[in-house]
Amino acid sequence: MTLHMTTPATTRQTVLTVDNLAVHFGGLVAISDASFKVDEGEVVSLIGPNGAGKTTAFNVISGFLAATKGVVAYKGRRLNGLKPHQIADAGLVRTFQKTSVFGNDTVIDNIMIGLHRRGDASIWQTLLLTPKVRRQEQALREAAAEILDFVGLGHRSNELAGALAYGEQRLLEVAVALAAKPSLLLLDEPACGMNPTEALNFRNLLGEIGRKKITVLLVEHNMRMVMGVSDRVVVLNHGRIIADGPPTEIQQNPEVIRAYLGHGPKHA
Amino acid sequence: MNTLAKWLIVAFLVTVPLWLGNQYQYHVLIMMGIFTIGAMSLNLLLGYTGQLSLGHVAFFGIGAYTSSLVSLGFDLQLTDSYTFVVEPKPVWFAFFCALIVSGLCGWFVGKLSFRVRGAYFVIVTISFAEVVRLVALNWVDLTEGPMALNNIPPLASGVPWMEAGALSRRVANYYMVLAVGLVAFLIIQRLVQSRVGRAMIALRENESLAKSVGVDVTRYLVLAAITSAAIAGAAGALYAHYVRIVDPDVFLFIYTVTMVIMVISGGKGTLAGPLVGGLIFGILPELTRGHMLPEVQWIVYGALMILIVFFLPQGIVPAVQRGWATWQKRRDQSARDTSASNGRRQEVAR
Ligand SMILES: Nc1ncnc2c1ncn2[C@@H]1O[C@H](COP(=O)(O)OP(=O)(O)OP(=O)(O)O)[C@@H](O)[C@H]1O
Ligand SMILES: [Mg+2]
Repeated sequence: MTLHMTTPATTRQTVLTVDNLAVHFGGLVAISDASFKVDEGEVVSLIGPNGAGKTTAFNVISGFLAATKGVVAYKGRRLNGLKPHQIADAGLVRTFQKTSVFGNDTVIDNIMIGLHRRGDASIWQTLLLTPKVRRQEQALREAAAEILDFVGLGHRSNELAGALAYGEQRLLEVAVALAAKPSLLLLDEPACGMNPTEALNFRNLLGEIGRKKITVLLVEHNMRMVMGVSDRVVVLNHGRIIADGPPTEIQQNPEVIRAYLGHGPKHA
Repeated sequence: MNTLAKWLIVAFLVTVPLWLGNQYQYHVLIMMGIFTIGAMSLNLLLGYTGQLSLGHVAFFGIGAYTSSLVSLGFDLQLTDSYTFVVEPKPVWFAFFCALIVSGLCGWFVGKLSFRVRGAYFVIVTISFAEVVRLVALNWVDLTEGPMALNNIPPLASGVPWMEAGALSRRVANYYMVLAVGLVAFLIIQRLVQSRVGRAMIALRENESLAKSVGVDVTRYLVLAAITSAAIAGAAGALYAHYVRIVDPDVFLFIYTVTMVIMVISGGKGTLAGPLVGGLIFGILPELTRGHMLPEVQWIVYGALMILIVFFLPQGIVPAVQRGWATWQKRRDQSARDTSASNGRRQEVAR
């Protein structure tokens, strides 16, 4: 026991590395040159003013967008060129800034789709409806109910996802992502649109997710939440990383303050 | 729908020949069954993956031609010195060839459209159907072109009691269509009520979200296309061995439209939808035939279809399901109310 406790925290392994990433949309430079990393078990926030390139970075990391330049690697494996579902298979699961659920399906069915990666019945087993398939289906349903309870949506399980209140839909999105069993969860403004109570509950949920040994990369505008939950904060401005450090340090950083107040000296 | 109702329907369909005596009625039933199978297969793509295949009749026609050619035998001159000869094969073998060839074509179309969705998928499928029709029309050495393939052996040829008379042949055809229909229904049901079906529905509902949680949407689209095409091919093969003559008109666009109408009016994305749509639009032409010109018939169909879609945009089956659910809820509610008031009354009596 004591042996484990003496292990210094600095031996944490780096899982995600983003190296000299650049993304251009025609003439528009969304990300000019960004490098950062995320260690295993960390909660890292990626913040920056509107249009800084945060969502673009997520799109590249999760395979929805090709990088113009640079390398993204997860646990030593290069992600560039992989399709989104392959990246999900590697353990990286992202959510979307704009609310995104399977609106015409029930809440529990949303989670069942999220659990896709945990099923492995072959097509023939499915057609023959073998006992294994029945058992697996039952197990998936139980897992789905468990996840809904975990995020606090258990009482909504048979409602249509599209009929949920906005804050609940945001919660459901996270639940669907969790169902895919991520080792690194990328959350794009998950608390946007939640009321203060929901946001507070969500903060607690983030803590629970951290305790499940899931690494989190969070994009969020709610500074209270960011400073409260993050181990480290990376600040992006105009497609460039201007600061990277623990929350207390970031709060004092003059360049960050300038970027957020919006009247810093114009860079050439 | 509960299991009992399903078994009752199956039992009813199996016993139809006990009371149906008329050749013409068999003909209507058989054609309706064949097109309903086609509609079921279309529903897998249109209703579950959300991709409209407006060239669906291509798979139907390919199944019809494949099964006909294999059962009739054919030869293909590949080079000056080499001719590929296929001797006539038993019908059951030809039928399986039709499944495989149509399935392969489905795979091809699925792969071809691995990135195209929506309108582009529609265009790919229409073009595919048109190309196949032109091949059937112009490759006269193989398909006889507009002269048609004639004397295609009937489905159960070789079974002695089949040769007896036209009516018993129809009975046999009826049972073949019923058997293929049941198997197709079972296959589609098992697929869509599984993890595979959830992946297809995920593609339909929200493709980005599906990908983000690890669903290889292309794979499931291709799988749906293969299954759908193979089932449509089976329907085509049934058709060929029933009418026993196949020409390039099997690729007519109007057949695709018929299947689309059946699926959409019945309720796409439901298992019962194509059955209900197939029943309505399979019987309707026969009811109107004596009274209307074909052109007028089509106008009547169109009008009926528009009315159904206008008033029941999801189709008949979802509307009935919703109505049933509300009725049940109301009944439960009133049952609870009466039992509550009974309880109160008893208390008063005490
Ligand atoms: N598909 C696209 N095509 C063209 N330009 C794009 C595209 N996606 C993003 N951009 C541009 O790239 C820049 C960065 O956008 P991005 O969405 O990454 O910002 P963000 O940091 O997520 O902002 P917000 O906080 O508002 O979500 C913006 O100027 C945006 O207009
Ligand atoms: Mg964004």
